[in-house]
Amino acid sequence: MSSTIAKKHYDVIVIGGGATGAGTVRDCALRGLKTLIVERYDFTTGATGRNHGLLHSGARYAVTDSESATECIEENMVLRKIARHCVEEHDGLFITLPEDDLAYQAKFVAACQKAGIRADIIDPEEAKRLEPAVNPTLIGAVRVPDGSVDPFRLTVSNIMDAQMHGADVLTYHEVTDLIIENGKVCGVRLLNTLNGEKSEERAEIVVNAAGIWGSLIARKAGITINMFPAKGSLLVFGHRVNNMVINRCRKPANADILVPGDAITVIGTTSDRVPIETVDDMRVTPEEVEVLLKEGIQLAPALATTRILRAYAGVRPLVASDNDPSGRSISRGIVCLDHETRDGLAGFVTITGGKLMTYRLMAETVTDLVCQKLAVNQKCQTASLPLPGTAETPSLSSKKSYAFNAQAGRHGVLADNIPAKDKMDNALVCECEEVTVGEIKYVVEKQHVKTLTQLRRRTRVGMGTCQSELCAMRAAHVLGAACGISVKESTADLADFINERWKGMYPVGWGPTLNEAQLMSNVYQGLCGLDKQ
Amino acid sequence: MSDNLQLLSISDHDLEQCLKCSICTVYCPVSGVSTSYPGPKHAGPDGERYRMKDPSFFDEKALKMCLNCKRCEVACPQGVKIGDIIQSARIKYTKHGPSLRDFTLANTDLVGGMATLAAPIANFAVSLSPVKAVMHSVLGIDKHRTFPAYASQKFETWYKRYAASSQKKFAKQVSYFHGCYVNYNFPQLGKDLVKVMNAVGYGVQLLDKEKCCGVALIANGMSKQAARQGELNLKSIGAAAKKGMEVITSSSTCTFTMRDEYGHLLNLDNKAAQDHLFLATRFLYQLIEKGEIKLAFRKDYKKKLAYHTACHMERMGWGVYSTGMLKMIPGVELIMLDSVCCGIAGTYGFKKENYEVSQKIGAPLFQQIESIHPDNVVTDCETCKWQIEMSTSAKVLNPVSILAEALDVEETRKMNGLID
Repeated sequence: MSSTIAKKHYDVIVIGGGATGAGTVRDCALRGLKTLIVERYDFTTGATGRNHGLLHSGARYAVTDSESATECIEENMVLRKIARHCVEEHDGLFITLPEDDLAYQAKFVAACQKAGIRADIIDPEEAKRLEPAVNPTLIGAVRVPDGSVDPFRLTVSNIMDAQMHGADVLTYHEVTDLIIENGKVCGVRLLNTLNGEKSEERAEIVVNAAGIWGSLIARKAGITINMFPAKGSLLVFGHRVNNMVINRCRKPANADILVPGDAITVIGTTSDRVPIETVDDMRVTPEEVEVLLKEGIQLAPALATTRILRAYAGVRPLVASDNDPSGRSISRGIVCLDHETRDGLAGFVTITGGKLMTYRLMAETVTDLVCQKLAVNQKCQTASLPLPGTAETPSLSSKKSYAFNAQAGRHGVLADNIPAKDKMDNALVCECEEVTVGEIKYVVEKQHVKTLTQLRRRTRVGMGTCQSELCAMRAAHVLGAACGISVKESTADLADFINERWKGMYPVGWGPTLNEAQLMSNVYQGLCGLDKQ
Repeated sequence: MSDNLQLLSISDHDLEQCLKCSICTVYCPVSGVSTSYPGPKHAGPDGERYRMKDPSFFDEKALKMCLNCKRCEVACPQGVKIGDIIQSARIKYTKHGPSLRDFTLANTDLVGGMATLAAPIANFAVSLSPVKAVMHSVLGIDKHRTFPAYASQKFETWYKRYAASSQKKFAKQVSYFHGCYVNYNFPQLGKDLVKVMNAVGYGVQLLDKEKCCGVALIANGMSKQAARQGELNLKSIGAAAKKGMEVITSSSTCTFTMRDEYGHLLNLDNKAAQDHLFLATRFLYQLIEKGEIKLAFRKDYKKKLAYHTACHMERMGWGVYSTGMLKMIPGVELIMLDSVCCGIAGTYGFKKENYEVSQKIGAPLFQQIESIHPDNVVTDCETCKWQIEMSTSAKVLNPVSILAEALDVEETRKMNGLID
């Protein structure tokens, strides 16, 4: 963002604007450290923005990885308190279908109880009553405290709180190199990915929280982290098919989690190893779409006749333990590497592995290590201090406008700060997701927004049924006016945004989604000549 | 591959066929005059998506502004039942019962039955300004409204006393669903229908039993009562069809409600009834097309008529039958008015909170009528008639009444082989 930050010597520089990086910069700032977070694009561009948005109860890992299961349920309960506006507490079902082994259910419930996860066996009839979309042929069901979480909102809330506590933020700054002096990392060299300017920032300690890209960062210091990028593809359905999470009660497999979130439902995921060189451009293949659909229909048959809005894929940063270079026994647990003891390079630590669910615990773990190194004696408070937006959840109220209710879902109590006094502020930009002119002004001012994609992550603009057919042009105009962007830049941004939407629609381009794409291309190319610019 | 898994992405949620093109909003009469209505797309498919997430997104105040004119559905290139989505949401999510005003406006049979007993007093009373003032402030029925007058004799009473016995002599028979308006307010239309049908050789029977079609009950949140009445009507229509009689009507809205709304909104099985229910003009037009009947008109009949396509006529696509019949009358100069909503939408325009919107919607139509200055405006809908008569200088008639006054009865009977 701004280049006006006066050069200062930081205690900590955090690399990576995903949930882990955002959690770490918040934790560091709360403990009084002078902290900077650098991110090469926008927050949540990597795996944080490309998953189910599942608020894991941990039940999924109970049988196979009890340590992760325990971490999940503890963090699940923490997030319900500190990030109430980012989570939906609707519970989940683990269903047994006729072709599954019902004996697994007992083992599953026992493992959940051992990990401290509430797991109630319920009658299949009761399951159908609670969740009418569930496959009616089910022979068993267990109710667990699953939910959904909005990773965009969660990450930005962490950033906002970090800034309130003095942290600095540099988005669109890529780390080109680590500054190493006398066997110690003392800062980073940066490239502004928007204008190509080079700069550097210095700190006592650099935290590598760059997810799958963390291995590439470490490589710059000659350090090897044995990572195995695992691609996971997901499909977004047009409306909420189910109101509870639906999982299969069997060993974790492909496409066996169906998560309702906001006004949509997501099925996922697949899991395939991919080469590290490809992680910047993930595309969903027809075979993956087929697997997702075939398995998804087993959870909720209505998916067979529900419009698919788009497909997307993310990359999990799986880490092989140091004594297992082949990656045969890969853990999903948290990996915190002190490169001073591991590789003899001081001033550099890596936090990786883990899951979105455990981002806060990962941040706590690495911040504890940082504090220990800096001899700062401050306790972690992130498990109890609510994130901005979380005070009392504003209740949906008929007195407030419909749009306000949708915005309160996104910003929590901070929705009260969205300008809504005059007609123009209340005018709708995105009709599917209720984004007003006021909300755009608000996120431009408070949440580092300069492009349509950034705007989408903060507000859901363009994420609804029309996939930006109606709203992108209006949003480009409002955003351009609010940020003082030139028409030329704004037009280029618009073209990027539309192309990115199309990328997600292409793998599921049939039925109404294809019709929508056709209309969209008629509007933007035919009518507006966007491709001629 | 995926094509086989998702052969049809058309589910019950036909909201997902919506491409957000917004053409429905362009054609929505309310959106044209009021910024506080979100428009059909937003109140319908967009809003439904959020209501499925959380019923607290139900915005009763906004959705109540929908006229249920169905012009959005006519406009939609994807066939989304936008009006149905909105009305179904109102039925599903409204938790409270109707107000006294809505109850009174919607219960046409109950109120009409009582009013006809003391028609002169009732008509006099509702025309007094103090009464209007009370109705305005206490009940919320707008003071500008003229109430349709109640007849002193119900159509059913007239029919039993003067017509029933003479109908039996006809070889061919139809059943007539007269509806509340003919029964309580304007029996003359029913009499006109009997006259026309008799002239072409059809006896007219009443249904075993009929109740108000329920359109006003649905609009005012009394769908359970509407469903009970609907069941009774469908049973009577079925019984008539069994006896070999088609059922004809003289009101576009009653017909539309029974043919098209019973299924979607009230979950009644009306499939069988749909094929036996005709607007009288459609019934006659098709008989003429088939060469089964002929009409002769008076040589001295001369009129300039302006035809207003009621919203539900537009939705059914049946305006062509009514205008087709009118065009057969040699002395008629027929002018088609632009197909726009008149603004009344049944009980909608009677409500104080809707009066202004209602009149704004109708304004272009009223202006066009005044500029044409026809002898009569013709329309198939009784509530359009009230609205146009209140808002313009025109007198409004049903096409059946025009046919009755233009018909040369003797000649027609002769041409249809009915000379005794």
